[in-house]
Amino acid sequence: MMGLARINWFKYSSPQAFYPLAGRTMPWFAAAAILLIGVGLYIGFFVAPTDFQQGQSYRIIFVHVPAAWMSMFLYVVMAMWAGLGLGLNARPSFMMAQAIAPTGALFTFLALVTGAMWGKPTWGAWWVWDARLTSELILLFLYGGVMLLRASIDDPRRADRASAVFALVGVVNVPIIYFSVRWWNTLHQGASVSMTAAPKMAATMLTAMLVMTLGFWMYSIAVILVRMRCVILERERQSSWGTHHSHREAVEVH
Amino acid sequence: MLNADNVSCLRGERRLITALSFTVQRGRLLAVTGENGSGKTSLLRMLCGLLPAEEGRILWHGEDVRACRERYLASLIYIGHLNSLKDDLSPVENVTISARLAGEEISEGKTCEALESIGLAPAIHRLPTRVLSQGQKRRVSLARLWLSHRSLWILDEPFTALDASATDLLMQQLRSHLNNGGIVIAATHQEIEVGVDRLDQLRLAG
Amino acid sequence: MSQPGMLAALREIIRRDLLLAVRRRADVLTTVLFFIMVASLFPLGVGPEPAVLRTIAPGVLWVAALLSCLLSLGRLFTADYVDGVLEQMLLIPQPLSVLVIGKVTAHWLISGLPVVLLSPLLGLQFGLSGEALGVLTLSLLLGTPTLSFIGAIGAALTLGVRGSSVLIALLVLPLFIPVLIFGAGAVTSSVSGIGAGAHLSLLGAGLLLALALAPWATATSLRIAVE
Repeated sequence: MMGLARINWFKYSSPQAFYPLAGRTMPWFAAAAILLIGVGLYIGFFVAPTDFQQGQSYRIIFVHVPAAWMSMFLYVVMAMWAGLGLGLNARPSFMMAQAIAPTGALFTFLALVTGAMWGKPTWGAWWVWDARLTSELILLFLYGGVMLLRASIDDPRRADRASAVFALVGVVNVPIIYFSVRWWNTLHQGASVSMTAAPKMAATMLTAMLVMTLGFWMYSIAVILVRMRCVILERERQSSWGTHHSHREAVEVH
Repeated sequence: MLNADNVSCLRGERRLITALSFTVQRGRLLAVTGENGSGKTSLLRMLCGLLPAEEGRILWHGEDVRACRERYLASLIYIGHLNSLKDDLSPVENVTISARLAGEEISEGKTCEALESIGLAPAIHRLPTRVLSQGQKRRVSLARLWLSHRSLWILDEPFTALDASATDLLMQQLRSHLNNGGIVIAATHQEIEVGVDRLDQLRLAG
Repeated sequence: MSQPGMLAALREIIRRDLLLAVRRRADVLTTVLFFIMVASLFPLGVGPEPAVLRTIAPGVLWVAALLSCLLSLGRLFTADYVDGVLEQMLLIPQPLSVLVIGKVTAHWLISGLPVVLLSPLLGLQFGLSGEALGVLTLSLLLGTPTLSFIGAIGAALTLGVRGSSVLIALLVLPLFIPVLIFGAGAVTSSVSGIGAGAHLSLLGAGLLLALALAPWATATSLRIAVE
């Protein structure tokens, strides 16, 4: 499409230009999300074969695994925007990180809830301290930290940069935390239950999960675009009254 | 010689200072005036590097201070609103330890001399700073100006809490510093008597 | 950036903070007492059954040490921030990371080392013996400095923020978890005969990693807080 090549993408890095673009593209992403999630759920709940060990209850995995994947992807993406913001000192990057956090937290929460829903019929317990679920819980704390830190600091610039630093510290720690939790899990051998001992993947199951993941991506983008618009509105309102408030003065007055 | 080139800074989301440029030569004092909230403190903190400049740059002897940061910091003294004193240490300890941290070795004898120069009686040199009055604490925080040989002084409302005698002593010290070719940038509401041929004014409109 | 300059500044900061701690001995005692009290709560909550206590000892003692560290973090930078000394520290030509290492070291000597030295006594109270006590002390010796370095990042991020004492905990506890796992795991492995070598090596590696990365993150956070 020749049209795409001629668009000046840098124009959209300013909040004022991004705002209408976000508004126009959001409905497409929302439609794609509804479509893909619908298809994914259909395949997962109706088409994929019944697992001979776990029966019908395993089907919650089609929500649980994509949600867990999304929670981790979004954290990394958020940390990337945070890093860009700190490196380039660019406010829009910080706004993007701010918009991503709540969605990431939501998926983490969804992964935890669906994990519990899987655990109950399968092993009789609402919560199992297996490596992945425990890591998801800690990831929820990290998301919470990023959002709470931002909410607790009044100065917007400091809030941006502090939560960005914390997001980066978190992203470095996520692999370390995951490794240590897996170590912990294998050390205390009581944990013979594990989410990773999932039923063998038939092709349809994998398809369903990938479709769901894609659907979640579309949903995330749609929601993040909407949130970005809110963030932009909120911030531009504050800055507009400041631009008239400074003067230029030259010196060497004797 | 200090040069600010087109500097701007933000406070919160507000643009506090826009496209400001000025030069201060050796032996001159720049008095920064303006109403509360006009950005005097922010400007001084920008000059020190505590507050990053959104745009523009600051030049020390022609070099961007970001490039020669160590040398720039080694040439300046910043005294802000806060006294930067530990309550549990005595004035002598406070001054000597701060100097040593900044890389300057100062004997206790010299410290006591400096404290006396700013009008603090020897009796209180070794008491914990906690028991001193506000004016006395301010004097202790200013004592560095009698001890250091650094050429650039950046002072934020240095005369606050000082009585008449201390104010005179500080004025004298400022004059003597300018005589030696030093530079002073001071945010102040006070009339500074260093002679009209050495004084520059910068008025910030908030 | 001169080597003698950096070492001199490091030494000076540690000396100053230790001098201040000597003048305010209450701070040291509070941390130590807290450690003892938290550890003592568990037998009161769980029951004095020796076998149970021996099982939970590694975890309990490590959690108590962790919480003591957390409690003491509020003091790391706050005083300097409030009285303006922190500002002046940012104007020293030496790299801020070096000063941070100095402050965290002094902080550990005041709040962490007493916990390490006291831990064998508490371990005895919980019925640990011999090699397990040694491993406990060693694990805390390697782990508590790591906790201090990681915690310093949280302390710097929340300087002067409303509700910072709880906020520090929320930020820093997830980051403490790997240290907790390997520290308590070291003692558990020693008790069960597997040997604590792997855990202690990981703790050591963690300390080196924290020493390499945390001061830089803390320095960045301090600059953000002082702006």
